[in-house]
Amino acid sequence: MKVEDANVLEHCDFGGGYNLLVFDVPSVASQVVPGQFVHLLVPRLDGSVLRRPFSIFKADDTSLSVLYKQVGRGTRAMASITKGELVNIIGPLGNGFPEADSSCFPVLVAGGYGVAPLYLLASRTPAKGILFVGGRSAIDILCVDMFETLGWKVRITTEDGSLGEKGLVTEALDSWLESGGSEQNPELFACGPDGLLKAVGDRAICTDCRGWLSLDKHMGCGVGACLACVQKILQADGNVVWKRVCKDGPIFEAREIVWDTEGAA
Amino acid sequence: MKKPNMAVEIAGIRMKNPVTVASGTFGYGPEYSDFVDLGALGAITVKGIRMKPWQGNTPPRMVEVPGGLVNAIGLQGPGVAGFVEEYMPFLRKFDTPVIVNIWGRGLEEYGEVAAAFDGVEGVSGLELNISCPNVKEGGIAFGTDPAMAAKVIALARSKTRLPLIPKLSPNVSNVAQFAKVAEDEGADAISLINTLPAMVIDTETRRPVLSNVVGGLSGPGIKPVAIKQVWEAAKAVSIPVIGMGGITCALDAVEFMLAGATAVAVGTANFTQPTASMDVISGLEQYLVEHGIDDVRELIGAVVIE
Repeated sequence: MKVEDANVLEHCDFGGGYNLLVFDVPSVASQVVPGQFVHLLVPRLDGSVLRRPFSIFKADDTSLSVLYKQVGRGTRAMASITKGELVNIIGPLGNGFPEADSSCFPVLVAGGYGVAPLYLLASRTPAKGILFVGGRSAIDILCVDMFETLGWKVRITTEDGSLGEKGLVTEALDSWLESGGSEQNPELFACGPDGLLKAVGDRAICTDCRGWLSLDKHMGCGVGACLACVQKILQADGNVVWKRVCKDGPIFEAREIVWDTEGAA
Repeated sequence: MKKPNMAVEIAGIRMKNPVTVASGTFGYGPEYSDFVDLGALGAITVKGIRMKPWQGNTPPRMVEVPGGLVNAIGLQGPGVAGFVEEYMPFLRKFDTPVIVNIWGRGLEEYGEVAAAFDGVEGVSGLELNISCPNVKEGGIAFGTDPAMAAKVIALARSKTRLPLIPKLSPNVSNVAQFAKVAEDEGADAISLINTLPAMVIDTETRRPVLSNVVGGLSGPGIKPVAIKQVWEAAKAVSIPVIGMGGITCALDAVEFMLAGATAVAVGTANFTQPTASMDVISGLEQYLVEHGIDDVRELIGAVVIE
């Protein structure tokens, strides 16, 4: 973990209402594991005391990038970041996904913006698997061509049917599992809203395969100190405890997560 | 010019500079060790500990507001044994005093926790949390009634030889009275302020944002409140004061010392900038040099009121 002033190499429209921010920050970028995040100190966000966490979308030895959409005060302020500006970032944070098991067939499940950390995972996984990506409408579906360029199969679902199959991403996953997918020794990796994660987790448990779920919670410090972003987790000793999504996660295995106490919003 | 003296002493705790961190904003030390030289802090104040492990409140536990945040973490922690086993070996590696913030769910437990830390190697002092707004039993219930405050401080005093530092609530009409109660009951120092009781409502759902309904406000927005309370408390007692509430930079620390604080704690600012405590220390030294002050203690209570 490092705190650095990162030089903004690029800040552009990514499509689908998302922006791409690229930082030149070798000391952080070179250490990144897929599924980790950076905590940004958003410039010109007056009166704000908290950073904003973003999944790492791409990383190499010198630079890393994140995707964001303007949904609140913090992300609206981010829109004013300019190329060449220095932005203070902490990273890489969180545990990241485990390396995909080479004896398994990797299956990624993304809800909308959830493709961001899964793209980095796919780009660093030697095996070519399949991505299930879902969203409300065609505009919510990102990065399909990038996964295809990596040699991955992609199945798209939209709730309104404007792109791919009409329905939920988990329905497409179910039909794939039922039509032979579950025989391929799958390993599931998912990122998206809690409802999607819970559904994918249920599939992992039913299929008797591992399911690695990336949780998204409002965070405070991002480094495990404040205990704001906690999730109920079943420990190996049978005890259920609040674990820190920022430090102990954001990736947990489906069987560890206890959903009922918080509701799967 | 030679380097100014930065060292201060709080209740026998020798601090190499007047800057510690506020309980609950710095975990137990390791969380920030990638960013902060723990050996360079004046003291490390760890998150609140009761006898047994404690789960804290259901999330959401924190919400940002202009100028700060409201939290209702609810003192999640590993308990005395868990803390001593898991964190003390790490904390002993640094030449920095460790102040443990302690609380209990009832009067007796405060005594038990105080006794449990007495003699634990590497613990330099106990901050008695009688001001947390986020637990239903213990915490602020003890810190807003002078008779209750007297009882819990006297009990803890009788159970430990360690320096005892009650942490006072700002949610009282006369903080000087509580400062005096602490001094009279044998406290070696006081710290203030804890968070201000607060509430945030979601206007779409009409529900409180925090699952605990209410929480405690911290951050730069509360600093003027804290300065006034430190000023009033420090005037009322002869024991030293650790001042905190919204410190983000060295000049904030100077302000607290002028108001009467012997030491200061950096809190919410650690979340904004993990190096905040280090920046306050270096900035404070720079302030002394620039103002020709050769001892940081010259600032204590040096506010000029004509």
